[in-house]
Amino acid sequence: MIAIVDYGIGNLGSVENALKYVGGEPIITSSPNVLKNADRIILPGVGAFADGMKFLKDRKLIEPLYNEIITKKKPLLGLCLGMQLLAKNSDEYGLHLGLGWIPAVVRRFKIDESKYKIPHVGWNNVKPKKNSILLTNLGQSPVFYFVHSYHLCEISPTIVTGECNYGINFPAVIEYQNILATQFHPEKSQQDGLKLLKNFINYHPS
Amino acid sequence: MLKKRLIACLLIQDGKLVRTRNFRTERIIGNPIVAIEYLNAWAIDEIMVLDIGSTGHYVERLDNNLETKHLLTDVIKYISSKCFVPLTVGGGIKTLSDIRAVLKAGADKVSINTNAIQNPGLIPAAAETFGSQCIVVSIDAKKTSTNSYQVFTDRGQTATGKSVLEWAKQVEKLGAGEILINSIDRDGTHNGYDYKLISKLADNLNIPVIAIGGVGKWNHFVKGFNSGHASAVAAANIFHFSEQSAQQAKKYLSKMGIDVRL
Repeated sequence: MIAIVDYGIGNLGSVENALKYVGGEPIITSSPNVLKNADRIILPGVGAFADGMKFLKDRKLIEPLYNEIITKKKPLLGLCLGMQLLAKNSDEYGLHLGLGWIPAVVRRFKIDESKYKIPHVGWNNVKPKKNSILLTNLGQSPVFYFVHSYHLCEISPTIVTGECNYGINFPAVIEYQNILATQFHPEKSQQDGLKLLKNFINYHPS
Repeated sequence: MLKKRLIACLLIQDGKLVRTRNFRTERIIGNPIVAIEYLNAWAIDEIMVLDIGSTGHYVERLDNNLETKHLLTDVIKYISSKCFVPLTVGGGIKTLSDIRAVLKAGADKVSINTNAIQNPGLIPAAAETFGSQCIVVSIDAKKTSTNSYQVFTDRGQTATGKSVLEWAKQVEKLGAGEILINSIDRDGTHNGYDYKLISKLADNLNIPVIAIGGVGKWNHFVKGFNSGHASAVAAANIFHFSEQSAQQAKKYLSKMGIDVRL
């Protein structure tokens, strides 16, 4: 059973639909008990960083998630904002602290905006790096749907398993022990995205 | 490389799929759910559903089947269970609660139009709450002279006196993620986009511009990118009436050198 964390924002229905489509058994939940019973957890996210953290705090989800992910090491898939919240901090609309579960921070794209419009929205190629669990069997240049103005940075290259280029190279997929995450939306990325979700369902940390 | 996007648009009125010409409802096509099945969802990059409002009474239909009327939320839920591409929903969105409800039903982005002009504060409020990438501001434009366009609201009925470029720049400053630019003059004519209008915005803004209004053949999409400089091209009618599919549109675009997702 896959728990999709409901913290008040995020396209939960889309994630649920996509997981069902690839044979998963998702439950949308904000209950610590359901999280306890889940085999794996998805942290979705659409929206602004500060609100994301606030909603997680207000729903008292941080401690239960810490128990399942950091203590019990259940597989976690963070999506878009869900990936960014895992970082130490973000400076979107002011400096805000994140969960701090991955060694990275979140910053706005610093690129030539007359050439590269922000937000980075649309379909873009991801270059898989060695040994990516999520990008297994997706070939050399899978295409996914991105929609964001901020990205992870100050991050060790060893945990970046997929890179995208938009003016600069930035982390599109990270894999840090049992914590996996994508900047793009696999549930919105047609065939390649659905395959990635299937890879997550089949991932069993050794 | 960031691909150019092809977007299919569905216009819904009274729960039914319609087609318009110069923003007047010309014909009721029927069941929006059926249209989605015809869309060849695998080739399309995004779907946009615009609720253009209620007429307040039932109009005579082509298929005489009243049961095919659907609530907007039903249409959204259906699309998001079958099509794994981004979904933008617009039509009468006024408040943050409206946005939240639409996103909860399965939309990824919302489009706001009239209410953005009447209450410009909605844009930054929505951007801060949901993220600017979630907020598309739709602008309906009518040509007033060779080089100037005026913004119209209320489905093309009310002249605002505002210049399209000025309003678009203001919208960008307020925090919108993308702009959807619609030519009232070209809508439903099959004569192609107003490329001057589109490039006027695309060349002067830093946020993506989506073109809509007037497509009659695949080459109009090509020109939308090459002459209009749009980041994405959208159309409604051609996808419902053409015997060809979105997949063929993509093949054509690719053949003409446009970098699209295949």
